[in-house]
Amino acid sequence: MSAGYVTGGRDRRRLTRHLRLGDRAYRRVLQGFGVFVLVIFVAVGATLFIQAWPAFKHSGPGFVTGTTWDPSHAIYGAVPFIAGTLFTSAIGLALAIPIGIGAAIFLAEYAPRRISGALGMLVELLAAVPSVVYGLWGFLVLGPIFQNTIEPRLSWLPFAHGAPLPVGLLLAGVILAVMVLPTIVAVTRDLANAVPATSREAVFGLGGTRWQMVRTAVLPAIRTGVVGAVVLGLGRALGETMAVTFVIGNTNAVPNSLIAPAQTMASLIANEFTEATEPFHASALLGIAVLLLVIAVIVNALARLLVWSVSREVRETV
Amino acid sequence: MRQPFSRALFCAGAATLALAGCGGSSTPSSSGAGAQTGTSDPDLSGPAASLTGAGSTFDQPFFTRAFYDYNQKDSGVTITYASIGSGGGIAQFQAQTVDFGASDVPMKASEIAAAKGGTVLQVPVALGGEAISYNLAGVAGGLHLTGTVLAQIYLGQIKKWNDPAIMSLNPGIILPSQAITVIHRSDGSGTSYIFTNYLSTVSPPWSSGPGTGKTVNWPVGLGGKGNEGVAGLVKQVAGSIGYVELAYALQNNFTFAAIQNAAGQWVQPTLATVAADAAQKPAVSSTDFSIVNEKGSTSYPISGYSWVLVYEKQTDTTKGTALVKVLDWLTHAGQADAQAVDYVPLPANIQQLARTTLQQIVDSAGTQLLK
Repeated sequence: MSAGYVTGGRDRRRLTRHLRLGDRAYRRVLQGFGVFVLVIFVAVGATLFIQAWPAFKHSGPGFVTGTTWDPSHAIYGAVPFIAGTLFTSAIGLALAIPIGIGAAIFLAEYAPRRISGALGMLVELLAAVPSVVYGLWGFLVLGPIFQNTIEPRLSWLPFAHGAPLPVGLLLAGVILAVMVLPTIVAVTRDLANAVPATSREAVFGLGGTRWQMVRTAVLPAIRTGVVGAVVLGLGRALGETMAVTFVIGNTNAVPNSLIAPAQTMASLIANEFTEATEPFHASALLGIAVLLLVIAVIVNALARLLVWSVSREVRETV
Repeated sequence: MRQPFSRALFCAGAATLALAGCGGSSTPSSSGAGAQTGTSDPDLSGPAASLTGAGSTFDQPFFTRAFYDYNQKDSGVTITYASIGSGGGIAQFQAQTVDFGASDVPMKASEIAAAKGGTVLQVPVALGGEAISYNLAGVAGGLHLTGTVLAQIYLGQIKKWNDPAIMSLNPGIILPSQAITVIHRSDGSGTSYIFTNYLSTVSPPWSSGPGTGKTVNWPVGLGGKGNEGVAGLVKQVAGSIGYVELAYALQNNFTFAAIQNAAGQWVQPTLATVAADAAQKPAVSSTDFSIVNEKGSTSYPISGYSWVLVYEKQTDTTKGTALVKVLDWLTHAGQADAQAVDYVPLPANIQQLARTTLQQIVDSAGTQLLK
C-alpha cells in the first residue's frame, strides 16, 4: 500500500469503505462456516430421526425400555446396547483417567526433558493408530491373556462371575482406555506445561516439595481443562465401533458380569446394518443411532455442568 | 483378506481355468441327465455394455472372479459389482440404480411391491453349505451331530460336551466334561439364515423360539463378525462350536462335524454332498427356496442358494441383452468359477431352471432377449 493512499480525506473514506466491505465479507464467510456446522448437525439428527420414526412408532416406549432385540420377530428393545455402551465407556474412563493424568503430570513435572519429549511423541502416535488395529490386537493378543491369566484371578470381585472368555465387557473397556489415553495425556500435559512458572516458584519458595507444588499450583489450575479432555475421550469411547466389535463378544443381552460378553450401540449398528432387511430392522438401527446421539448430547451437557461447577468453585477459592 | 488372495490365485490359475471352461469337462454335477447344458461356451460376443450390480457379500468372491473372467471372453462387457450387503442390494435394485441385485434370501412380496421397475425375476446363482466347526481338545475329527442335538446346543439346553445326548451319537469318542461355548454370527447374514432355517426345520422348539432369520435372538453364545470372526472365536475358545460357510471352512482346513441327514446317514460337508442336497429339489423358486434337510442318502442338510434379482422388462435393449447373456453364462459355464473359489456349482436341473427364468426377460417391445 502506498503512503499517498491514505493522505487525502476522500481516499481515506474510500479506504474505510473498502475495509468495511472486506470486514463484512469476512464476517459473512465466517458466519457461513458457523451456520454450516449447525446445519450439518441438524441435518444428520433430523435425517436419523425421520428414518427411525417407523421403528419408534412400531415399538413405542418399549424401544427404550425393552431388553429383547429380535429382528426376525420384529421386536426391538435398546436396553442391552445402552447398558453395553455406558458400561464399556465407564470402565474405559475409570482406567484412563488416573493413568492418563498421572502420566501427564509425570511428563510435565518429573520426567527429564529428553524422556518427556520422546514419551510425548509416543503418546501422540498412540492416538494415530487406527481403531481396527486396536481391535485386532485386543482380539488376538489381549483376549487370550484375559481369558487365561487375568479373568480367572478376578473371580473374587462381586461382579466378575462367569466363564472367562477372550472377549467381553472388561476387555472392551480396557481397549477403550488405551484408545482414550492419548487424548487425556496430551491435553493434560499441555495444560500443565502452560501453568506459569511463577506459581510453581511460589510453592517452592514457601519450602514446598514437588508433590505439594503439583497439588497446590498445577492441579487446581488445570482442573477445568482436564474435565474437557475427559469429555473428549468419553466422546471417542461412546462412539467407538470397530475396535469394540472385535472384543465385546457381540451378545445382544444386558451383561450380568464384568467379564460377560455384551454389545454396544455402535457395534450393533456396524454388525447388523448391511443385512437389515427384516421389517423395521434398518429403521430400528437408525433409532439406536438417534439414542446414541441423545446420550452423547446428555453426557456432554453433564460434563459442561461439571466444568461450570468446578470453575465456579475455583473462582470462589481464589 | 480372502479377496486379494483369491484374486492372486485367479491370476495364477487363469490359464487352466479358461481351459477347463472351454474344455467342456468342468460342470461338476452329480445328477446325470442334462449335466452338459452349461459346459460349452456360448457365443459371448455382443454389443458393448457396462453393467452394475449390488448386494450380497456372500457372492462377492465368486462374482469378482466370474465377472473378470467374462470380461476376458467379451471385452466389450464390463460388470461392476458392489458387495454392500443384501439389504443395500435390494434397496438399490428397487430404486433402479443398479442393473441387477444379489441377495442371500429372495425378495419378499412386500419388497417386490416396492420395486420401481415392475415384475421381478429371481434367479438362483450360487449354492453354499454351512460347516459345523468345533474346538475340542483331543477330538481332532469325527464328531457326529444330529439336527436336534445341534438345536438343543444352540438353545442352551445342552451345556456340556459329555451330555448323554452327544455321547450316544459318538460312542467311539471320549468327550470331556467341558462347557460348550456357542458361537454365532453377529452380523446379519445369509449364512445365519441358512443355519437357522435348518434348525427350524429339524427342531420345533427352535422354530417356535428364535426362528429363522438373518439376525435372530440367539438364546446363548458369542457373536463373531463374518466367517473370520466366528472362525477366530472357535479357534480361541476351548470347547466352542460354530457354523461357517463351507467355502471358508475348506480354504482354511477346518475340522467339522458330520451331520445326520434326512435319510439317517452321517454326511460330511463337501461340494458334492451339498450339490446332492440341492439337486433333490428341482422346483426351487423365490417363494419356496428352502433346500435344507432334503432327502437322499448323500445329501448334506445345511445348504442354501444365493439369488440374483433382475427386472422382467428391460427398457434398454442393448443393456438388457448383455445382462441376460452375462447371467446365463454365470449360471452355466461361469459356475466353474464358483467351484474354483469353493462354492458349490449349481446342479444341472437348477442351471436349466435359471435359463427358463432368464428366457422370460423381454425388452420394451416384448421381444425375448435370451436367444
